[in-house]
Amino acid sequence: MSYAIALLLALVTSISTSAFAADENAQLLNAPVNRLDNESLQRGARDFVNYCLTCHSAKYMRYNRLTDLGLTDKQITDNLMFASSKIGDTMTVAMTPENGKAWFGNAPPDLSVEARIRGRDWLYSYLMGFYRDEKAPSGWNNLVFPNVAMPNVLWQLSGVNKLVKTDYEDHERAQAAAIAVKGLVALEPDGEKYSVLQVEPDQRGTMTRAEYEAFVTDLVNYLDYMGEPIRNTRIHLGLLVLLFLGVLFVFAYALKRDYWKELH
Amino acid sequence: MSKVLTWIDERFPLTSLWNSQWGKYVAPKNFNFWYYFGSLAAFVLVLQILTGIWLTMNYKPDATKAFESIEYIMRDVPWGWLIRYMHSTGASMFFVVVYLHMFRGLMYGSYRKPRELTWLFGCLIYLSLMAEAFFGYLLPWGQMSFWGAQVIVNLFSTIPVIGDGLSVWIRGDYTISDVTLNRFFAFHVAALPLLLLALVGAHLMALHETGSNNPDGVEIKKQPKDPRTGLPLDGIYSHPYYTIKDLVGVIVFLAAFSAIVFFLPEMGGYFLESNNFIPADALKTPPEIAPVWYFTPYYAMLRAVPSFLETQVWGVIVMACAVLIFFALPWLDHGAVKSIRYRGRLYKSWLAAFVISFLILGYLGTVPVTVWGQFGNAFPFYGADKATVIARVLTIVYFLFFVLMPWYTVRDKTKPQPDRVRWK
Repeated sequence: MSYAIALLLALVTSISTSAFAADENAQLLNAPVNRLDNESLQRGARDFVNYCLTCHSAKYMRYNRLTDLGLTDKQITDNLMFASSKIGDTMTVAMTPENGKAWFGNAPPDLSVEARIRGRDWLYSYLMGFYRDEKAPSGWNNLVFPNVAMPNVLWQLSGVNKLVKTDYEDHERAQAAAIAVKGLVALEPDGEKYSVLQVEPDQRGTMTRAEYEAFVTDLVNYLDYMGEPIRNTRIHLGLLVLLFLGVLFVFAYALKRDYWKELH
Repeated sequence: MSKVLTWIDERFPLTSLWNSQWGKYVAPKNFNFWYYFGSLAAFVLVLQILTGIWLTMNYKPDATKAFESIEYIMRDVPWGWLIRYMHSTGASMFFVVVYLHMFRGLMYGSYRKPRELTWLFGCLIYLSLMAEAFFGYLLPWGQMSFWGAQVIVNLFSTIPVIGDGLSVWIRGDYTISDVTLNRFFAFHVAALPLLLLALVGAHLMALHETGSNNPDGVEIKKQPKDPRTGLPLDGIYSHPYYTIKDLVGVIVFLAAFSAIVFFLPEMGGYFLESNNFIPADALKTPPEIAPVWYFTPYYAMLRAVPSFLETQVWGVIVMACAVLIFFALPWLDHGAVKSIRYRGRLYKSWLAAFVISFLILGYLGTVPVTVWGQFGNAFPFYGADKATVIARVLTIVYFLFFVLMPWYTVRDKTKPQPDRVRWK
């Protein structure tokens, strides 16, 4: 039996360790989202259709699905639908992938399941990580996604960030410095040296830092919801199912004990 | 009711079939924890077939629609998300229970005479299950589906002379395409499930012919009969005893299964890979192509074997042998006893080494070869990836477990096997 337990433990730990080695050298921020906060999700939906849904589609997401967030059909039609006329339509955009490629160099990806590809923390850090870069074709660059084709469309809200670069002698020292920062940091080899990259505010936007953080939090919360709209129901239902199985187990086990009692 | 049954029995052997296969099947009474996984594998098979049928009702095997139809199932089909998560979780859990079931066979010598055919049918089931999982993984048409299939089909192109033609023949095209998707769909939903069901039937019929082994390796058929019951001393009827015991097992399994389906359907990227939420793109190779966890031990072996004589076919041969060598097991084991309870240190050590190798290889198959860094410039490795060197050593250990078995099972100092089972 001790073999059995050891093997099972080995199997479980081998499954539950993290799947992906960090293929990016950025230290991400934690996205402070709350999947049960409907008001945050509603604000996120509003910001999504206003700021994202001009270039990015969400072609698997139907407008009337937003009733999940406590909105009525009328609220959705009046406030959130600019590109479509039918509430059962999915969130498509007029821009074709060919146009996108011609204008930005890369077609803006569909965002329906982006949160399932990137994760919340990546999206949050990405939206916090834009900085001014005169060398980039769009004039913008990103700490989390270097040389990204997307310009910083939120710059009027966030203000303009600039890149701050500190050089260190070797990788270890750079890494130690990056960890000490406890914020959004990227590491980059720079010839013989290692650079620690950070962004710093250069010009103010219409929002304060805290307001912009809240804005991004809502948006990421919404993107995360849109990746899997059923999630809250799923988790809720899971608790009921486990409860049911627990009760069923008690009865089944008692029945088994009763039957096996007569064996000697 | 009994009239109906009599009417049927006069025309079809319903009662005798039930009695021979389960109702009056006599099994040893000392089955332990490890004996749940056979019935659980059967349970998962049924679950996969049922959820698969319902998925097929809304899935579109068309390269332009497949990805979209999965999202349609996840969002717009009532309860589609649940059926899909049950199917994707079921695929992984199938391998979990089958690996544990096979490990049980290794521990208690269940493959030994007279159960060789049961074991061989089981190995064929394992092979078919791998094929079934591989074909099914292409269907969501995500990046990992596409590139995983690309890598596996390309393995066939390493075979000398016929390789290139063979891989084109498998794909039906020069690259993974709509044609490939359609034929993989046909294999996944029709050909292989039929084969699996037939093999499972044969596996069970062979088992019920010889009778089950048990944790003590005692042959209950050779025991004297209990005058009260007319059964072997340590035998009991499967029904109702194991029916109800297995039912408890199914409930516990379902609890673990539901915890994954409802709380961790992606299982941290092991059951559903995040890259597979990107639609397949033949022009964008992902930086890291990793198969799903149940293939990773073999994938690690494939990567570890160096190319030689300007061909990579050796890795493919090693990988194929690693799976096929299971078939030879009944004829490699010459031990005096079946069960690990009465084996000596030699067998126990080799089995432990084998399991550890399998698990570490499985881990290494999920990560890049650079994961543990490189050796310095010391002899004889000269800056080689540590993970590759270790994978090579573990691959050798994996094969030595089988190849040396005729030798170490004979040399092993075994304890005498009792006549009666140990039972509390």
